[in-house]
Amino acid sequence: MRMDAAAHDPVVQMLGISVDFPGTRALDGVDLTLYPGEVHALMGENGAGKSTIVKALTGAYRVSAGEIRINGSPVSFTGTAGAEAEGIAAAFQEVDLCGNLSIGENVMLGREVRGRWGISWAATHRRASEILAELGLADLDPRAPLGALAPAIQQLVAIARAMVVHPKVLVLDEPTSSLEPVEVERLFRVIRRLRDQGVAILFVSHFLEQVFAISDRVTVLRDGRSQGVYPTRDLDRTELISLMMGQDIATLRTIGSQRRAHRVDPRGAPLFRAQGVGRRGEIEPTDLDLHRGEVVGLGGLRGSGRSELALLVAGVMRRDSGSMSVAGKQVGAAGPGAGTRSRVAFASEDRRDGGVIGELSLQDNLILALQAQRGWARPISRDERDAVVEHFMAAFNITAPSPATPVRYLSGGNQQKVLLARWLATRPRVMVLDEPTRGVDMASKVEIQARVAEMAMEGVAVLFISSELEEVVRLSDRIVVLKDRRKIGEVSNGPGVTVDTIIEMIAADNELDD
Amino acid sequence: MSTVTSFDNRPTSVEPKREGGPARWLKAHLGLLPTFAALLIFLAMIVYGEIAYGRILQASTVSNLLINNAHLVILAVGLTFVILTGGIDLSVGAVIAFSSVAGVLLTNAGWNPWFVIVLMVLIGSLFGLISGVLIQFFDVQPFIATLAMMFLARGLASMLSTTPERLADESPMRGLATQFKLVDGPRVNDLVITPGVIIAVVVVLVAVFLLHRTRFGRTVYAIGGSEQSSTLMGLPVVSTKLWVYVISGTLAGVAAVVYTARLGSAQNITGIGWELDAIAATVIGGTLLMGGAGFVLGSVVGALVLGLMNVLITRDGGIRPETTTIITGGILLVFVLLQRAVASRRRE
Repeated sequence: MRMDAAAHDPVVQMLGISVDFPGTRALDGVDLTLYPGEVHALMGENGAGKSTIVKALTGAYRVSAGEIRINGSPVSFTGTAGAEAEGIAAAFQEVDLCGNLSIGENVMLGREVRGRWGISWAATHRRASEILAELGLADLDPRAPLGALAPAIQQLVAIARAMVVHPKVLVLDEPTSSLEPVEVERLFRVIRRLRDQGVAILFVSHFLEQVFAISDRVTVLRDGRSQGVYPTRDLDRTELISLMMGQDIATLRTIGSQRRAHRVDPRGAPLFRAQGVGRRGEIEPTDLDLHRGEVVGLGGLRGSGRSELALLVAGVMRRDSGSMSVAGKQVGAAGPGAGTRSRVAFASEDRRDGGVIGELSLQDNLILALQAQRGWARPISRDERDAVVEHFMAAFNITAPSPATPVRYLSGGNQQKVLLARWLATRPRVMVLDEPTRGVDMASKVEIQARVAEMAMEGVAVLFISSELEEVVRLSDRIVVLKDRRKIGEVSNGPGVTVDTIIEMIAADNELDD
Repeated sequence: MSTVTSFDNRPTSVEPKREGGPARWLKAHLGLLPTFAALLIFLAMIVYGEIAYGRILQASTVSNLLINNAHLVILAVGLTFVILTGGIDLSVGAVIAFSSVAGVLLTNAGWNPWFVIVLMVLIGSLFGLISGVLIQFFDVQPFIATLAMMFLARGLASMLSTTPERLADESPMRGLATQFKLVDGPRVNDLVITPGVIIAVVVVLVAVFLLHRTRFGRTVYAIGGSEQSSTLMGLPVVSTKLWVYVISGTLAGVAAVVYTARLGSAQNITGIGWELDAIAATVIGGTLLMGGAGFVLGSVVGALVLGLMNVLITRDGGIRPETTTIITGGILLVFVLLQRAVASRRRE
């Protein structure tokens, strides 16, 4: 079924591509060759140059050296329209569609079918449903509003939009970062279908397993340079990781063994105790105990109530049943302020909207919670601030031009580290971390995991949420499993517990339900 | 409802069940709800007026409603474009003042009246263009840019004259207010129309075509939905936003012509607060102030609701005219709350 890539002539050849930004060279002599009917994965950490090469290929960036050939003939793009004319289409990480318009309109926006009386809506919607059907999405009504769809389906609609022009090359930039496994599978079916139609697909992703599941060949980038091209089936996971990040892999292993060594069964009264805490429509009443120095992971699919439980525990969301106590003292039901007072800290899942404040400087972001804890009447002195900031920048290895840099100019990984540091500065007793490693590069991920482990060793009780079950299993002492907005069980972590254990728990519960 | 199934080789059982009938239609067209509500209020006002005061549903009243509010309808259409993109244009009332005072002065100075009419419209376009350039290329907030234009236009109008400038009765511009009897009713109950009303109707029809049948119009909606997405989708965001303000300004110029023709005079204080009336009409008609959702025809209904309200208050006689603004405020509030409700339903 899979076409033999080498038998065809390449559709895209990028030869010795360099892209310069003021002061830096983002891409340095990278080669990338795409064949029709292949899925080519582009791997690398954040900042490795993946987005840059994607933008060079889609005409958003101008290349400063090197040559792009389409079907053998050299081209030079002056904008995205130029690349589109050459048959290169792209769907990006964030779903860039308009929620106020219909599905069909989003697919066809700017390419509506026109008749004598302007746009012919019948023909436009017909064309849209043809394209949706080609992708196996015939169940979508093109006249329905896009905003009502789940983000995952919107992602597929974005791909449908890219397919309107029948491109030779489809670039998918981190298409799976917000998808659940089932949805990823649906996306993969679409990708395979397009591949079999002879489209060359450039698949950019962080997720190793997905790259192994879908791609035929892999190009690995590091620091703006190509680390080589490999047939996926000949590539070993460890090898790929070390290509991407170099030596950090050893660190990853140590965290796991450290946690394993540290793992003890909790003794004595829990530091944090929630009894029957719930909220109608969000999560059913749940019991949860957190001990000092313990990492408790929340396992479950996205939408299983993980974030909701976190919000309740942190006091951000008002509970309508149950009670919570920290070190034996009751916690009021009102607002994040109550949580902060009892030294329960919460790092939100949504870095941009619920976490760091992009316009504020790194240092101001870092001391925000500390200042809030103290109250506005007792400002933190400049010396103290500098000391705190210096300490955490060093401890978390935050790389930034200066402490005064606005946070939005930092990479995702660094932003996340600032967010963690902000809460650690308040010396919390309970730390709730909702997806602290989502969308950050490998190196930052490893560092964040190491910090979480360290935090626990210093006696903080950590509630840890991640979509990556591997991470949950690696870090947690206990794992609380959620499903369909209720707690279905709890496992004490140990050598026998793997990702599969959790998945089986979730699956087994399903059978009982039916 | 899927029109094409030939490509779909999966078993039909996979297809999710769809709600049928009105429930599904309503769900897909939730955005129409505020506009329908505006229409409903309009009809309710007619019914109430007919019962309470009588002589509402008669040709002369309808004619007067249209003739007296043609300029407001035109303004509301212009603002609909702007508001759909998520912007605002506060300058239109002042632009009318400047354009009409300049027009009357030039006509009275003996300039070719047709040329003057074109000039009046172009004055509007120019102000719109300046607003658009400020917003698009100098990154000024629409509120501030058009506020500046508002002060500028009002000031220029006052520089020209601070007293009412009468238009000579024989001037061809007044011809735009000539009343043509369409239906010769009993006594004074005639269905009358003026070129001004026809201009308003043409403006509305062209706007409907532009917004719903051209890529330009769809780009307007897309920008209102998400400007960033629109840019990334390769839509001509910059030129569209520029055009939107040019359209709003141009229609302010057109409204100036229609209003001046009807009144036969112009003054520097004309049109104070009209931009707000037009915004109110647009919002009552169901256009979201955040942009991305709404209809031109809704704005027309909104303008007529405001116009009819004045008629009813005049008819009543007992209500003090000052109350008008209170009632306008009340209606506006109800509609904004309705929109919030719809918006939150949508997010589910």
